[in-house]
Amino acid sequence: MVTEELKTRITELLPAAAFEEAGEWLNIIIDPNDWLLFAGKLSNDEQLYFDFLFCLTCIDWKTHLTMVYHLTSTKFRHNIVVKAKLDSNSPEIETVSLIWKTAEFHEREVYEMFGVNFLNHPDLRLLILPDGWEAKNPMRKDFEDPVNMIKL
Amino acid sequence: MPSFSNITNSIHYWFNQTFNPTWALIFEMVIAGIAVISLFAILGLILVLMERKVSAWMQIRLGPNRVGPKGLLQSFADTLKLLVKEGLTPGGADKFLFNLAPIIAMVVAMLLMAPIAFAKDFQLWNLNIGVLYVTAVSSIMVISILMAGWASNNKYSLMGAMRSGAQIVSYELSAGLSILVIVVLTGSLNISDIIYSQADGWWIFKGHIPVVIAFIIFIIAVTAETNRAPFDLAEAESELTAGFHTEYSGMKFALFFLAEYVNVFIVCAIGATIFLGGWMPLHIGNWEGFNHAMDYIPSSIWFFGKTFFLIFVIMWFRWTFPRLRIDQLLNLEWKYLLPISMFNLLLVTAIAILKWHF
Amino acid sequence: MYTNTNIISEYSQGPSFGGVGEADGDLVINVGPQHPATHGVLHLVITLNGETIKKVEPHLGYIHRSIEKMCESLTYRQFIYVTSRMDYLSSHINNQACALVVEKGMQIEVPERAQVIRVIMAELTRIASHELWWGAMAMDIGAFTPFFHAFRERETINDIMEKTCGARLTMNYMVPGGVMQELHPDFQKDVKAFIQLFKSKVHEYDEMVTGNIIFQNRMKGVGFLSKEEAISFGCTGPTARGSGVSCDIRKLYPYDVYSKVQFDEVIETAGDSLARYMVRIKELHQSIRIIEQLIDNIPEGDFQAKTKAVLKLPKGEFYTRVETARGEFGVYIVSEGGTTPYRIKFRSPGFSNLSALDTMARGEKLGDLVAMMGTLDLVIPDIDR
Repeated sequence: MVTEELKTRITELLPAAAFEEAGEWLNIIIDPNDWLLFAGKLSNDEQLYFDFLFCLTCIDWKTHLTMVYHLTSTKFRHNIVVKAKLDSNSPEIETVSLIWKTAEFHEREVYEMFGVNFLNHPDLRLLILPDGWEAKNPMRKDFEDPVNMIKL
Repeated sequence: MPSFSNITNSIHYWFNQTFNPTWALIFEMVIAGIAVISLFAILGLILVLMERKVSAWMQIRLGPNRVGPKGLLQSFADTLKLLVKEGLTPGGADKFLFNLAPIIAMVVAMLLMAPIAFAKDFQLWNLNIGVLYVTAVSSIMVISILMAGWASNNKYSLMGAMRSGAQIVSYELSAGLSILVIVVLTGSLNISDIIYSQADGWWIFKGHIPVVIAFIIFIIAVTAETNRAPFDLAEAESELTAGFHTEYSGMKFALFFLAEYVNVFIVCAIGATIFLGGWMPLHIGNWEGFNHAMDYIPSSIWFFGKTFFLIFVIMWFRWTFPRLRIDQLLNLEWKYLLPISMFNLLLVTAIAILKWHF
Repeated sequence: MYTNTNIISEYSQGPSFGGVGEADGDLVINVGPQHPATHGVLHLVITLNGETIKKVEPHLGYIHRSIEKMCESLTYRQFIYVTSRMDYLSSHINNQACALVVEKGMQIEVPERAQVIRVIMAELTRIASHELWWGAMAMDIGAFTPFFHAFRERETINDIMEKTCGARLTMNYMVPGGVMQELHPDFQKDVKAFIQLFKSKVHEYDEMVTGNIIFQNRMKGVGFLSKEEAISFGCTGPTARGSGVSCDIRKLYPYDVYSKVQFDEVIETAGDSLARYMVRIKELHQSIRIIEQLIDNIPEGDFQAKTKAVLKLPKGEFYTRVETARGEFGVYIVSEGGTTPYRIKFRSPGFSNLSALDTMARGEKLGDLVAMMGTLDLVIPDIDR
């Protein structure tokens, strides 16, 4: 489906979605509270069928955090990007690991690097960082480490 | 070159001349003990080097070639290294069993040297149930492996020992039934009798189909009994580190290592004796001239040649086949090899009664 | 080096002590981080019942080097070389992804000669990576000799790379705009000689390992991954193609000259370890086919487009994906217009492939775990970044 058709279909599913034209794919900005239902509809919808979550990450914009989800469909081969703005002080969003199982590991990584709390995640704990790094959130822009060199 | 039997006879004669019979016997037993231990050591050295060179040849590389000319002194370097290594006993290990396990492995290997005939009339102990003795004593090896796995206080070692115990006990059946095929044809458990019955041809040629089947099953079964690849789950390096001998280091590891190689030698010696004629040269029926020519080659060379050929075949297996999983291994034995061996035994009994062999 | 005394003390207790919430009689063992079969520092905590696996839990991070954070201080010319260290067996292809994303952002036109050279290098890297995978996989299963045969071919490829790029493992050869320097004069001759050598020896692979009945019994029916699960876990590359998912980036979103060469996408539907194995073996043949089509037709021209000395990506977001030997490697750059990226995210194939290991391994035996990990073809620095 081309961009216009995607826009129409997504507005039908979630009227509050906003669109942005950054990058080569359609970007959809949503409210974090709508994410779980919207994700379920995206993956099950007959015309959209986004069954492959291939990238899940987070960007720290200093005033807020943005969760970025890259989705594609193995049937129709269209790609979209879903973004949700989170508050810097207490970032929370619903987990999608029940819809796309790959999210389990990716969300654990975002949790330890950025401090985002994923509600109802089956096993939210540190993945790559060793013990003792809880709540340090090293990928945030305000992370200070006097011992190790961060800025090269 | 004086034959071995001449040397032993002259020594025996000299001892009985000089001392009274009891002392002579004791001295002879001491000499026999020293000879067995030194054969054990020399065989260990040769086989370790042979394994490394054969594996290198099959893997398109050179193998050890630094120590000595063409790497022939590598075994001495290895022995020296193992001697000076620290022998660690893991904390929490059962010390008595931990130290006893390699000693039992070694003692079993040495005991099995007794009935093997290395050359004409050169046998340590010509007992009339030689074959039964060999099968029985080789079963004790399982105990040393289980002891080693248990006493190491290590989950990996225990799992390796359990797998190995199950494997060895299963494959003893097939090995025993294969040996029984020859016993049926010969009518005797005495090793010397079996060898002399091959004076007009080796059993692998005389007893045709059943003996060939028995030989193939025997080779597979003894590869499994000595924990060699493709049945080397007990020491599968890529899965359980080193299996039951993970925690052994230094001299105790050297004893396990040597005992494994000497076991390979012994089972190949038994196979060569029973199926290929032992020290008996290649005779074909009544061809007098040919047989006479074959007799010129000393019998010890025949024996060692056949044994080392079988050892080469077993080493060849190791570097060619992937490893079997434990359930596939036991499946192979209980569902395939054992029924075939039993049927083979019936077949050979029928052939022996009807005299349908050469 | 950190120590996690809680985990070590819990998991080193004897067989009858339960682990973390396990039933009585379950054994919890550690495989790794130092282990001959994991090919990298991967720590797996396995809960066993006898020989049957009940749960596999990977503990990652032993080789985490915070590459994503580091790249926020590196310029667009510098960050490419860090990616060679991520999946060191497909280092050319990783570099290609980074060069492509910078070119997409700055709208740089890459000359045709450079594109063809890139594709040839990428396919040679794919062959080298699959060779090492095959040798190491056979060694894990227990056949020690194929390792040496695999390295015989891989050494030839490494020699070709060394003459042109100067390095044998982390070849920093791709730059935004093309390749770094001209090909060595012997390149065409060497590659053609390699193709002849490979074709004469590749039947050995099938005879020695693929056709061996012991090997097939170890791999058939082991580690089943269904098509829906493969998509849900985000598996890509041969792992997913062995379960019937069509996901070859070279066909779906072609880059460089992949749209102009003829090759097949190899898909098997069985979903077990043997299917994933056969996908990689057939991919070897397809890669040789691509190289054969290109090696005689390298167009003349520049090997690098003219670019400014200091590269600056305009404000925006850019995503590029390539097909490495392991799967889909994605580079996602968020740029604020400066000389360094604001945020960079590497979507590594091993990360998602590893998450499928738990589902695949439940109910299988411990001996099969090695076969499964072998067919997933994990390179741990790729996972930990």
